[in-house]
Amino acid sequence: MPILEGEGVTKYFGGLAAVSRVDFHVEQGEIVGLIGPNGAGKTTLFNLISGALTPSAGVIRFQGREITGLKPHRICKMGLARTFQSVKVFPNMPVFENVLLGALFGKPDGVSVAHAAEEATALLEFVGLSAVRSTPAKDLTLVNQKRLELARALATRPQLLLLDELMAGLNPTEVGQAMELVARIRDQGITIFMIEHVMKAIMSICDRIIVLHHGVKIAEGTPQEVATSKTVIEVYLGE
Amino acid sequence: MTTVRILEIVIPGLLLGGLYALIAMGLSLQYGVARILNFSHGEFIMLGALTTWTLFTALGVNPFLALAMCGPAAFVIGFFIHRTLYKRLLISSPSPAVFESSSMLASFGLMFVIQNIALLAWGPEIRGYSYLSIPVNLGGALFGANRLVTLGVAIVIGMTFYLFISLTRTGKAIRAAAQDPAAAGLMGVNINSVLALCFGLGAGLASVAGMLISMCYPVHAVMGREYTIIAIIVVVLGGLGSIPGSFIGGFLLGLIGSIVTQIEPGLALVAYYAIFVLLLLIKPTGLMGK
Amino acid sequence: MDIARLDLRKMWTPALLLIALALFATLPLYASRYLVILLTSIAMYVVLTGSWAIFSGPTGYISLAPAAFFGLGIYTSAVLGRTSPLPAVILVAGLASFLVALFVGALTLRLKGIYFAMFTFGLVELIKYFLLWYEVEFTGTRGRFVVVVDNTTIYYVMFIILATLLLTAYLIRRSRFGMALQSIGECEEAAAHIGVNVNLLKTVTFAISAIFIGMAGAIMATRWTYVDPYIAFNPLFSFMPVLMAIFGGIGRFGGPILGAVVFAYLEETLITRFPYYYMLLFGIVLIIAVVYLPNGLVGLAQILQKRISERRHAHTGR
Repeated sequence: MPILEGEGVTKYFGGLAAVSRVDFHVEQGEIVGLIGPNGAGKTTLFNLISGALTPSAGVIRFQGREITGLKPHRICKMGLARTFQSVKVFPNMPVFENVLLGALFGKPDGVSVAHAAEEATALLEFVGLSAVRSTPAKDLTLVNQKRLELARALATRPQLLLLDELMAGLNPTEVGQAMELVARIRDQGITIFMIEHVMKAIMSICDRIIVLHHGVKIAEGTPQEVATSKTVIEVYLGE
Repeated sequence: MTTVRILEIVIPGLLLGGLYALIAMGLSLQYGVARILNFSHGEFIMLGALTTWTLFTALGVNPFLALAMCGPAAFVIGFFIHRTLYKRLLISSPSPAVFESSSMLASFGLMFVIQNIALLAWGPEIRGYSYLSIPVNLGGALFGANRLVTLGVAIVIGMTFYLFISLTRTGKAIRAAAQDPAAAGLMGVNINSVLALCFGLGAGLASVAGMLISMCYPVHAVMGREYTIIAIIVVVLGGLGSIPGSFIGGFLLGLIGSIVTQIEPGLALVAYYAIFVLLLLIKPTGLMGK
Repeated sequence: MDIARLDLRKMWTPALLLIALALFATLPLYASRYLVILLTSIAMYVVLTGSWAIFSGPTGYISLAPAAFFGLGIYTSAVLGRTSPLPAVILVAGLASFLVALFVGALTLRLKGIYFAMFTFGLVELIKYFLLWYEVEFTGTRGRFVVVVDNTTIYYVMFIILATLLLTAYLIRRSRFGMALQSIGECEEAAAHIGVNVNLLKTVTFAISAIFIGMAGAIMATRWTYVDPYIAFNPLFSFMPVLMAIFGGIGRFGGPILGAVVFAYLEETLITRFPYYYMLLFGIVLIIAVVYLPNGLVGLAQILQKRISERRHAHTGR
C-alpha cells in the first residue's frame, strides 16, 4: 500500500483547472520529486494534499485513509507535514518557540511541555540552528528560515514530508547542505515528496519524478527516464 | 397599489439613495484605493454641513457658493492628512493587512479629534436653515425642491467622477493603484501622490455631501458617525473598492430604506445592519465584487 | 549571591500580590465613597480592555464586539435583577455572553482582518436597533429600570471579576494555547499546518474573553439604575478597550491594563468638566500611539529602560 495516493485529483479556480485529474502515488521510504514549469499546478497539488485547499474532484488517501477535504491540522496530526514555497515562519517568535509549537501541537496525542522542549532542542541541533535559538525568526537569513521551517515540520513527527522548493534561492554550497539534510531525513524513515526547480538536486536525490504541465501529469518515472522523455524535453525547451 | 403610492416609495428612495451614493463614493475611493477604512468619513460630511450652515446663516452665502469653497478646502485637508499621517503608517507597516488595521484605528482617532473640535466650535445644538424648500408636484406626490436638487447634484457628481476615473490619465493611475500598488509604482505612477489624491477626493466628496445634507436635514456636530456607517454599509454592498458598485449600492440601499420605512418605520436601520452583517458572512466581496 | 537575589525576587512577587489584594479587599472600610466609585470605574475599563486583549492581543483580529457582550450583560441584569439574587444574575450574564460569543465566533471564522472588525461593529448596531424596535413595539417603553445595588457591593463584585480575569489571562498566556494563539496572529496558515486547530482555538478564546465583559456589564447596570439600548449597546464600549489596549501596548501582558488604568482615571477626572477636551485628547493620543508607538506605553518604557542601561554601561565602561 502506498503511503500517499491520489486518484483523479482536480482543482478549479473559477473556470480554470489548476490541477486536472492527476493520479499519483508515493511509496513508503521513497523520495519523490514533483517538477514542472511555473504555473504547472505543483504548489496547488501540495495545498490539496495538506488540506490548505479542498479538491473540486478526486480522492486523496494517506496511509490508506481518505484525507480529501480534511482540515490541515487533522492531516498534520495524522503524520503528514509540509514546508512552504514562500517561507512561513512565525516572524516575531524566537526560533525555539517556532519548533516547540510543532512538537506541542503536531502529534495525535498530547505531550508534556518538557518532552516537547527536548525534542525541539534536538531538532534545532539536527538542522544546525542551536546557536540562534533565542533569535526572532524574522531576523534569520533565508536559508536559516528554511531550515527552521524544516525543523518545525519535523517536530510534528511526520511519516511523510512535503517540501515545497526547499532549495530555491540558496547558493551551491547551501544546496549541497540541504541535499544532505534531505537524505538524512529519509534515513530516519521519513518519506519525502518534494517540489524542486534545482534540477541537479532533484535528479541526484530522487527515486522517482512526477512531471506536471498546465495542471496535467505528463510524465512519471526514474530521473533517467524523465530526463530523456521527449514530452518533458519539449515542455521545458518550449518555454 | 396606485402609481402615486409607488412614486411615494420610489422617489424618496432615490432621493435618499443619491445622497448615500455620493457619501459612499468618497469612502470607496479611500478604502478601495488608499486601503483606509476611514471611520472619520462622516466627520468631513459634518464639517461640510456645519460650515455651509454658518456661511448661510451668518453671512448669507448661497449654499452652492459654499460648496465651491468647502469641497476644495476639504480636499486639501484630506490630502494633507494622507501626506503626513497615513503615508507614515504606510511606510512603517510590514504588510498591507497591518496597514489596513492600523489605518482604521488611526481614523478612529481622527474621528474623535474632528468631532470634538466641532463640538468646541459649534456646540452640540441641532441646527438647520431653509433654502429651496418649495414643494414640487411629481405625478401627484409632493417633494421638496431642495431634495430634488440634491438628487440631481449627486447624479451629476457621480457621473463626472465616473468619467474622470475612466477617461483621464489621473483616473487611469488611480485604477492602476487600486489593482496593484507595487506594479503601478513600477509603471511610473507616483503612488504616494495618487493615494493622497484619493484620500483628498474622498474628503472633498464627503464635504459636498455634507453641504447637500444641510439643505434637507437638521445638522449637528455629532451627526457624522451615522453617515460613516451608512457609507461603510453601501461600500460593502456595492463591493469594496468598486466605485460604480458604490454608486449603484447607494441607490439600492436608499430604495430598501424607503420600502422598509413604508412597512415598519422602526425596522429601517435594523434592515440596513441585517443586510450588512449577512453580506459580510455570505458574500463579503459585495454585489459588484469579483 | 545570584541565587540569593533570585530567591528574593521569587518571594517579592507573591508578597506584593498579597499586599495588593489585602489593600483592595479592605479599601471600602476606610476609603472615601468617591475613591471606591473611581476604582470601580477603573476596574471596569481594565476588565473590558484585558478581556479584549485575551483574544485580539495575540491573534491580531480586531474585535469591535465588546459593546455587544457588555450590553448583553446589562440587559441580563435589567431583566433578571428583580427576581434573582445578584450572584446568579452575574453568572447568567457571563454564561449568556459566552454562548453568544461562541456562536458569533463560529460564524465569523472565515472573516479575516478588517472584515472581522466590520462584522463585529455591525453586529453591535444590529442588536441595538433590533432591541430598540422590540422594546418600543412590545414593551411600550424604550428603557428599563435596574435594581440598585450599593457601591461597596459593586466594587467587590467588579474586583472579583477583575481578579478572575487577570488569573485567566495569565494562565492562558503561560500555557501552550497562549503560544498557539500568538502563532495564529503571526501566520495562521502555518499554525494550522503544524497541528493547531485554529478555528476551535479562536472561537473558544473569543468566547472566554466575552464572559468577563458580560459580567462587568451586569454589575455596572446596577449603578446606572436606568438603561436603554443606546446606553447599553454604545459602540464606545467597543472602541475604548481597543484604544486603551493600543495606548498601553497590545503585545504585552501589562500593556492593556496600564492603558486602561491611565485612561479610565483621565476619563473620570476630566469627562464631567471638560468632556470635549477629554475626547479630543483621547483622539490625539490614539493617533500618536498608532503612528509612533506600535508597542504602546510599555514598549516606550522598555526603549527608555534600554537607553538608560546602555548609558550606564557606557559610564562604567570608561
